[in-house]
Amino acid sequence: MEDKVNAYVTEDMENALKTAEDIDRRRSSGEQLGELAGIPVGIKDNISTKGLRTSCSSKMLENYVPPFNAFVVEKLKQAGVVITGKLNMDEFAMGSSTETSYFGVTRNPYDLDRIPGGSSGGSAAAVAAGEAVAAIGSDTGGSIRQPASYCGVVGLKPTYGAVSRFGLVAFASSLDQIGPITRTVEDAAMLQSAICGHDKMDATSVITEAKDYKAALTAGVKGVRIGIPKEYFGDGIDDNVKTAVMQAVKLLEQNGAVVKEISLPSTDYALSSYYIISSAEASSNLARYDGVKYGYRSENYDGLIDMYEKTRSEGFGDEVKRRIMLGTFVLSSGFYDAYYKKAKLLQRRISAEFSENFRDIDVIATPTVPSAAFKIGENFGDPVKMYATDICTVTINIAGLPAISVPCGYSVEGLPIGLQLIGDKFMEQKLLDTAYTYEKLVGGFRSPKL
Amino acid sequence: MNNGYEAVIGLETHAELSTDSKIYCDCKNAFGLEVNSQVCPICMGMPGTLPTLNEKVVDYAIMMGHALNCRINRVSKQDRKNYFYPDLPKAYQISQDDTPLCADGYVDIMVNGVERKIGVTRIHIEEDAGKLLHSDKFDGCSLVDLNRCGVPLIEIVSEPDLRSPEEAKVYLETLKSILQYLDICDCKMQEGSIRCDVNVSVHKIGEPFGTRTEMKNVNSFSAAVRGIEYEINRQISVLEAGGTISQETRRWDDVKGESVLMRSKEDAHDYRYFPEPDLRTIVVEQERIDDLKKRIPELPNRKILRYVKDWGVAQKDATFIAENIELAELFDSCMAKGRFSARAYTTWILGDLVKHLNETGKTVSQTKINADNLTDLVESIEKNVISNAGGKKVFAVLLNEDKKVSDLIEQLGLAQVSDTSELEKIADSVLAENEKSVNDYKNGKTNALGYLVGQCMKASKGKANPQMMKEIVLSKLG
Repeated sequence: MEDKVNAYVTEDMENALKTAEDIDRRRSSGEQLGELAGIPVGIKDNISTKGLRTSCSSKMLENYVPPFNAFVVEKLKQAGVVITGKLNMDEFAMGSSTETSYFGVTRNPYDLDRIPGGSSGGSAAAVAAGEAVAAIGSDTGGSIRQPASYCGVVGLKPTYGAVSRFGLVAFASSLDQIGPITRTVEDAAMLQSAICGHDKMDATSVITEAKDYKAALTAGVKGVRIGIPKEYFGDGIDDNVKTAVMQAVKLLEQNGAVVKEISLPSTDYALSSYYIISSAEASSNLARYDGVKYGYRSENYDGLIDMYEKTRSEGFGDEVKRRIMLGTFVLSSGFYDAYYKKAKLLQRRISAEFSENFRDIDVIATPTVPSAAFKIGENFGDPVKMYATDICTVTINIAGLPAISVPCGYSVEGLPIGLQLIGDKFMEQKLLDTAYTYEKLVGGFRSPKL
Repeated sequence: MNNGYEAVIGLETHAELSTDSKIYCDCKNAFGLEVNSQVCPICMGMPGTLPTLNEKVVDYAIMMGHALNCRINRVSKQDRKNYFYPDLPKAYQISQDDTPLCADGYVDIMVNGVERKIGVTRIHIEEDAGKLLHSDKFDGCSLVDLNRCGVPLIEIVSEPDLRSPEEAKVYLETLKSILQYLDICDCKMQEGSIRCDVNVSVHKIGEPFGTRTEMKNVNSFSAAVRGIEYEINRQISVLEAGGTISQETRRWDDVKGESVLMRSKEDAHDYRYFPEPDLRTIVVEQERIDDLKKRIPELPNRKILRYVKDWGVAQKDATFIAENIELAELFDSCMAKGRFSARAYTTWILGDLVKHLNETGKTVSQTKINADNLTDLVESIEKNVISNAGGKKVFAVLLNEDKKVSDLIEQLGLAQVSDTSELEKIADSVLAENEKSVNDYKNGKTNALGYLVGQCMKASKGKANPQMMKEIVLSKLG
């Protein structure tokens, strides 16, 4: 299976088996274990695992082994999860297809000629192909939801601050958020309960009480007010997708939800704001990969500046370099006000628009991605076209909101389509409940025929 | 200033704060330990790590803000200053750009007896970088020690209000003594606890300010003085030769005693400041600001002004006492008794006490001297109970023993004889035994008086009040 899909950058079978045996032993000795004990879970390769290579799918960190565990990894280990290995992704989470990975593209289990989405493409593909029961991904502009949609699985991007980022190799610090990718909504609820909660090591982590989303999971959408923003159903959205999403909304309405059209006019500015803010932060976050302390260093150089230039030119792929250049430019003196500052202003406007709408609706329903998975190479080399696939997801990161993608049908080619449900801050339970209700109504995950 | 030129100087002073741990992680904030031993993944900038702010740093910076009469900004943010250098593992320094914690203050200093108010533009918090190590033993490589990464700093930026190297020196010394008073910096210059960048320009008096240059690598106050002097002279020479000064960054070489060009304006760094997304906005409650204000004692620069203006102490002496917290406390509590002049106390404090402290390495509190026994001693002398010489003997005991001055005078038998009839008896017998000297005096040899008084003192075993003794001998000689 892995030969066909290429979901993993690093498999960790030895430790996985050891942990599994340990869990078995403890269970047979009568120890009470949590419901995640022994469950095989894969981790995206930008989340630090102590003693296990964390490459971010980059040549730059090809041999980097972290000396510490990310907060979420620590939590999962405490829950008895069996970590299967590290999952492929776009280099430093920059991309929408895993095509920018230094370790080769991951293939969509529903059609091996197609991309699995990205950047958490390895995570979504592994779950769809049964190479892990669940996976942990990260989402900066759609990197959990978009591959979940392409691979027919569930992906939850939690509220910014709900899950600690400590140990997540930063792409865009103010937008990055860790979340689960699973086959079912119930699994997502279970994993989210395990990884969420306050962490004093992350200053942006919000102080919240521990939650058990799975125990609270309730089917039924009676009276739930669902908003349909017209801006998310425009010309760029494939008819297959529109139809599938609207059918899903209809089904919820038939089961008691109240559906209402809304407007989010600032959506038009989201994509450009997103690429300015995320690239600006990335240009600073990725500056530490300079060949001095760890990671790749060029073999032949003449002096310090040459070492920096060669190391970074050789260690980063084209897409990462493109974002670093873009980010450096928008922060440059003389351009800061016109780009970065303006993008931050728009961010506030976008957030305010959502807040206003959430006064009289509970959930916003949109497509997760404008179309089903594209062919490998189809958009590669056309960054603008590639960036446009993020149109429905980036806005949610800009506003710091939670959103879930749940499978809602198939395109004419038989490729999965995702329904995105967006909630107000910290309304994960509402999203999970709505998605759970829908999943029950339509029957849930269907395995790809590999 | 030379040829009608005036210098304009502004200083950017960095002080390392003496918190227990670093600014963004739990590593120990300590100097001089084994290379790369005080480090963790956070201060080494490893992938996936995040900073969390040490609130003590905010407290310390606010205290300095109060001390320098600044406005404390209740809301401020931290920003990233981006540049590549091997001693900066994240390739950005977390600092504060447009919203410093403290702003718009001033500090009063005294230069050659003249009071000067120096504006303080801002005080902000930031992290220190590591240190590069160079040696022939490293095989052509440079090594890096990251122990200093994340050591908390405050940067104090002055207005361009200083006009001479001397003023700059006093300003720096004033900052240093304030930092020591607040106990927020150990002020060890040789360990780089205080460092400064110097901005200098010159202009003809009456004309607009000239173009400034910035000088880095100034590692001591005396180096600052030398560097500023050099730069003023260099700029004047350039202008006098018909040249122009260009805005540039220079590097001070204290060994060679000269500054060299580091980078011109065209090569200036673009630091691409932007708000640090990993940290929250710093919001300081008014209550916390007020509480910190209560912790500020009267500062040495205020004390100097008070000692000089109110009590007539010489500036040099006032500075010496004010800059040592314990001496100042002792002096202030003596003066609070309102009984004797400042001079009666400063003689003892700056004389025998400081001498003892220097010899033994003790601090004032490690001696037994306090305002009560020092005042008793001063009183005994002022009232002629004991002589100055006797006073020194009493003081020597008071340094180490908890005794009453009156008891000591008795124990040591130091009480002066001031009883006139007693003194007259002594005078009579001495004059009778020294007829020759008496005659010499009467024949105009006035120095015979000294001899006779000396003999009287000797006869009293040194206990006679010398002034009274002299007067009695004089009257008897007619």
